[in-house]
Amino acid sequence: MEEKEKNDVFNIVWNFLASVKLAVAAFIILALSSIVGTIVEQQAEPAKNISLLAKFFGDSAAPTVYNIFAKLGFMDMYHSWWFISFLSIFSINLIVCSLDRFPKTWKLVKLPLKPLAANVIRTLPVKKEMKLKTTLAAAKDEFLNSLRLSKYRVLESNEDNTVQLYCQKWNYARLGVYVVHLSIILIFVGAIIGAVFGFNGYLNLPEGEESDVAYITQGRTIPLGFTVKCNWYETKYYEGIDMPQEFQSELVVIENGKEVLKKNIEVNNPLIYKGITFYQSSYGMVPNAQGYFILSLKPNGGQQKAYTLRFGDTFEIPGTGVTGTIVDFSPALGRDPRTGQLSTYAENMVNPAIAVKFNIPGQEDFTGWIFKRYPQTGILPGGHEVKFDDYWGVEYTGLQVSKDPGVWFIYIACIIMTLGLYVTFFVSHKKIWVHLAYESSGDKGPVSISVGGNTSRNRLAFENEIDNICSRALQAIEGRSKK
Amino acid sequence: MTSQTFFNISAGAYIIAMVIYIIYLVTRNRTVGISATTLTIFGFIAQTIAFLIRWSHSYDFWLRSNPTSDLIVSILRAAPLRNLYESLIFFVWSLILIHLIVEFKYKIRSLGAFVTPIAALALLFIDISGTSKEIQPLMPALQSNWLLFHVLLAFLGYAAFGVSFGSAAAYIVMITESKKEKTYIFWSIVIGIFIVVLIGMGIDFSSLSAAERKELIQSHFLTATFRSESGGVAVLSWVLSIAFIFGIWKFGLGLKKVLASLSLTPNMLDEITYKSINVGFPLFTVGGLLMGAIWANSAWGKYWSWDPKETWSLITWFVYALYLHARYVKGWRGKRVAILAVVGFIAVIFTYLGVNLVLSGLHSYGSE
Repeated sequence: MEEKEKNDVFNIVWNFLASVKLAVAAFIILALSSIVGTIVEQQAEPAKNISLLAKFFGDSAAPTVYNIFAKLGFMDMYHSWWFISFLSIFSINLIVCSLDRFPKTWKLVKLPLKPLAANVIRTLPVKKEMKLKTTLAAAKDEFLNSLRLSKYRVLESNEDNTVQLYCQKWNYARLGVYVVHLSIILIFVGAIIGAVFGFNGYLNLPEGEESDVAYITQGRTIPLGFTVKCNWYETKYYEGIDMPQEFQSELVVIENGKEVLKKNIEVNNPLIYKGITFYQSSYGMVPNAQGYFILSLKPNGGQQKAYTLRFGDTFEIPGTGVTGTIVDFSPALGRDPRTGQLSTYAENMVNPAIAVKFNIPGQEDFTGWIFKRYPQTGILPGGHEVKFDDYWGVEYTGLQVSKDPGVWFIYIACIIMTLGLYVTFFVSHKKIWVHLAYESSGDKGPVSISVGGNTSRNRLAFENEIDNICSRALQAIEGRSKK
Repeated sequence: MTSQTFFNISAGAYIIAMVIYIIYLVTRNRTVGISATTLTIFGFIAQTIAFLIRWSHSYDFWLRSNPTSDLIVSILRAAPLRNLYESLIFFVWSLILIHLIVEFKYKIRSLGAFVTPIAALALLFIDISGTSKEIQPLMPALQSNWLLFHVLLAFLGYAAFGVSFGSAAAYIVMITESKKEKTYIFWSIVIGIFIVVLIGMGIDFSSLSAAERKELIQSHFLTATFRSESGGVAVLSWVLSIAFIFGIWKFGLGLKKVLASLSLTPNMLDEITYKSINVGFPLFTVGGLLMGAIWANSAWGKYWSWDPKETWSLITWFVYALYLHARYVKGWRGKRVAILAVVGFIAVIFTYLGVNLVLSGLHSYGSE
């Protein structure tokens, strides 16, 4: 008695967890609650969302509403206990319902195909009837051939003076949906592995500096197990406009004091070392940094050579007597379109330029701006060239540092899901029966042929296929009788 | 001739085809139907040429700033799918392609009367949203081999969903018995809001200067009407819109007679909705969600970061997954699933436009 009750409770719970109703509820709850998180900015500064809430609830109520929302986890809702619970219910539902249904489907798939009575064949969704003057054996052979040419594995049953050919294709397509479900579960597994064994951090590395840790949240660090150094960072711009073409940094991996790897990373091209990946994610200026100006000097007709200078330093273009002093720097020099005045229009190094005070023997001193992005601005009277290559040591590269051992599950899940979706949505399970019998009892007279079939999808294509199979068989039979 | 000329030809062809499809819907004259289809095919060919010319121009453009880039990479990077303008055009192209396939496969022409208006609305939206038509350089985040395949498959999916929306909307009208049915009221409101928002944007467009138009959606969205500084204009807009939606509700059932006089049956429309979702769902899942996740992982180090674009794609995915499960496993038919198909497409529009234009996120370059 007790045993039975336990079973009942188990069954009720099991059936509930396996039900499509629960799946429908999970879809709706997840979809609706997700919307909130796309409106309320996640993991943002409180001020941003308070001002958003003020639009709906008024200035005075907004902080209170914010606090209630924050308590409920809406400010980081995709990681809140209740959202994770919904996701867990969704995945339990997926697992239980697949376990519940899979054995039944498997049984159906394994069920051998059986011949059908001739009158049943005539009621199938796709059917054809014909009569031919030929022998039963000839008709059977040609239909068998024709079905085989269409890649069916044909079974046959013989009863007194009737023959039935029957076959199916893509029987296993019915399992496609379980493959899709499995891949979703794999994604969850991958996400859990990533959350438990991986980390997601960042690292802002000024040019020329190195670090052996990454930062997870404010102040919390995680050791890398090696040292990473930023040689330089650069934003490359499209010619003539201020649109970035590429964000790049050169990173060096140092282990036991030795350089083991050097790579130029870009946005879609990270550095991977020992399972840890460094992505180019941002950049910026180091506050109050004093950097080095890298200039290339080239006397007219002579060799180009690079020099490293400080603000205020004076240099000489070798062998010319021409000297220059770096007297000013602007990270983004532009001309104000209204006043025509030169001004700095951005804090980042969008269009860096240096002002150099030149002294050319026998001429009056003059000061000119040399732009990094426009080398022609550094050509002096007399053909000597001063190229502004870089202002080094003032920018930092913003790296996203992450380790995710679960990502392989995600990749595998993507492949499996693609295959599963293909089988589920584009492959059809097709069954064909061909019933052949002499029209009159006995073994003479025309042979009457009933062809019937059904398909799980794409009926039009299936009708064409059956038409082809029949006409191919008929042609062959005609060919025989002519001989 | 330039890409723009071919594109204008195709846009003209689609809009005239829309009118002819609607005339066909009313007259059921075979010649009219054939000319609508012919014009659509003509427009489609012109648009394909426009697309290829633009691709080849942006190939040259790419090579100018990346002279050392090899052939295949250059072709992939030059795919004209970089901003809202190009993606909307590609959406129209995919929609017409899928429509033509459905038309030839199911031999039903009348669907054109529901699909071409969606294409026309998208074309209208391109014009009034003031998106930049220039060939723009590719920003760093988009310089990936995934761009082409991700956008291509996701948009074919969107287009299939667009077809399902057209047929589901037609289905709802066909099975409506009385104007008091909730489904029909829902239908009137959805269609009404679509048209009202577009008209509102049209008014914004005509009231703005050329420079302001570029910011139409970000800063001037419906400011000429509903959000007008003058209270009177705002109130008038609301009153007129409600009257307009009421009008759609009142007279929308007229469509039913037209549809009923055609070879269209509710079953057929239901079937088209189902089949389009059957095509759209796997394309969207693989192209939009999976490829998007893989790309995000290689560019940003996270395959899923719950940014609004990702979240809205997932919401869209949930709605269509719900449709498929409700229909296939629960055996829901008729109104209830048709509503899901309509809701699904609203989610598509929000995923595609709403997120880029209204919400911020990693995908925000779509709004430029």
